[in-house]
Amino acid sequence: MAMLSIENLEVYYGAINAIKGISFDVEQGEIIALIGANGAGKTTILHTITGLVGAKRGSIMFGGKDLTKTSAHKIVSMGMAHVPEGRRVFAQLTVYENLMLGAYTRKDKAEIAESLETVFKRFPRLEERRTQSAGTLSGGEQQMLAMGRALMSKPSIILMDEPSMGLSPLYVSEIFDIIQEINKSGTTVLLVEQNAKKALSIANRAYVLETGKIVLSGDAKDLMNDDSVKKAYLGE
Amino acid sequence: MMSFVSYLVNGISLGSIYALIALGYTMVYGIAKMLNFAHGDIIMVGGFTVFTAMSTAWCPVWLSVVIGIVVCTVLGVVIEKVAYKPLRSAPPLAVLITAIGVSYLLQNLALLIFGSAAQNFTSIVAGMPPFLTVLDGQAPLFFATAPSGSKAILTISMETFLSIVVSLVIMIALTLFINKTKAGKAMLAVAEDKGAAQLMGINVNGTISLTFAIGSALAAAASVLMCSSYPQISPYTGSMPGIKAFVAAVFGGIGSIPGAMIGGVLLGVIEQLSKAYISSQLSDAIVFLVLIIVLVVRPTGILGKKINEKV
Repeated sequence: MAMLSIENLEVYYGAINAIKGISFDVEQGEIIALIGANGAGKTTILHTITGLVGAKRGSIMFGGKDLTKTSAHKIVSMGMAHVPEGRRVFAQLTVYENLMLGAYTRKDKAEIAESLETVFKRFPRLEERRTQSAGTLSGGEQQMLAMGRALMSKPSIILMDEPSMGLSPLYVSEIFDIIQEINKSGTTVLLVEQNAKKALSIANRAYVLETGKIVLSGDAKDLMNDDSVKKAYLGE
Repeated sequence: MMSFVSYLVNGISLGSIYALIALGYTMVYGIAKMLNFAHGDIIMVGGFTVFTAMSTAWCPVWLSVVIGIVVCTVLGVVIEKVAYKPLRSAPPLAVLITAIGVSYLLQNLALLIFGSAAQNFTSIVAGMPPFLTVLDGQAPLFFATAPSGSKAILTISMETFLSIVVSLVIMIALTLFINKTKAGKAMLAVAEDKGAAQLMGINVNGTISLTFAIGSALAAAASVLMCSSYPQISPYTGSMPGIKAFVAAVFGGIGSIPGAMIGGVLLGVIEQLSKAYISSQLSDAIVFLVLIIVLVVRPTGILGKKINEKV
């Protein structure tokens, strides 16, 4: 059985039908990319999975539970973390405080300290800046903080929304390397990206979204060579 | 000189009470992004609860105070659940009008039960000697009644002293709670970004309830101190201090906890000094004038932060 299974999901914003009956699966250990243009509904899907937005119809099965019927704050402790679009770090709080909020649902102090060490090993820059308030970090550093914060909950799956947005090309490559590393260390990744080229280059499988519907899906490598994808998303 | 000290101390004492009330305004604003105009009336409810409890023969003072705090805490949480929570995604104006409605509801309920005449509140430290008495040319007396016939040049009442000490202890405790505990950190996170806080696994509704509970408990404490210092209570007791505390919160920077503390104390001092040296009728006008000047110079208040959003 798939780790995360979305069935006939429909989401409305008022009268506007943003997601029009979408189904897809994420298997354990995969990197799955959702690609598509602005307004295709990528972020809405992630928001619906982690309960920031309610679903009208359909189910989101994860860990034997339907997430559409689970309160948002209970989802983290089920092993799912979400790195939101625009990073949304707590600007007034320090780097350290942000990371500890990532471990909010965990109790064991020794394990939390261990996770903190792992995060600092992966993002040495965060350790250098641990007492600095998050608002003073650069965009790339904030992205690292948002990812580190998500890792602090020790998730089995991590949802990432536009991690490359607004970053310099150098940071983009670094962030994608880190996503691959995170995946290699055993965390499943569901990645939403406008940078389709980068996303397809690291993903196992991908789904292409257009105005709330999946129009194409398959192996990331195949999609990269697909003519329509090339034309619409890869700028070739 | 001694009279100035006396005005100043009284101002700080009154200001600490404003600060306690202002903390409720500012915390609720910071976290629920709403102005809870019923907050002032929570003070009145607290006052009447303690008043009623103390007038029954069997209830000792300390227990009356505890009952007052419990009643206000529960009331604050219930008001939030019943009146404000259903409007979480409504326009701010709807929430504001609801808050004003709750305020009138509480006032009119009090009118119905207690009538409109002001009643005499017995100070919770009634019968105790003043905290400090300075007699001309003698060493100051602490916690002692001056011998009859002697003339004191400075007296600081027990109520004044108690207001300052209790407020100080509460503010220190609150600061520690917010900065050192997990629940406090969760409050800061919710204040900054509800969605992101939810993604951390923080129960946003629970955190908002907790904020209302703390704010209302502080209002209850303020009501006891205020009714002891100015020993009267009526259904309108809460409205003026409520408005002044709101001014104090804006003055210090709405949403900022240290701002509410500083704003409250400053406001109390300004009010007392203008009463003493300018005009007791104009003191409220002066308080609001100072607010206007502060807002013209610093629109975010003394400690208010400019909101920088990084996209």
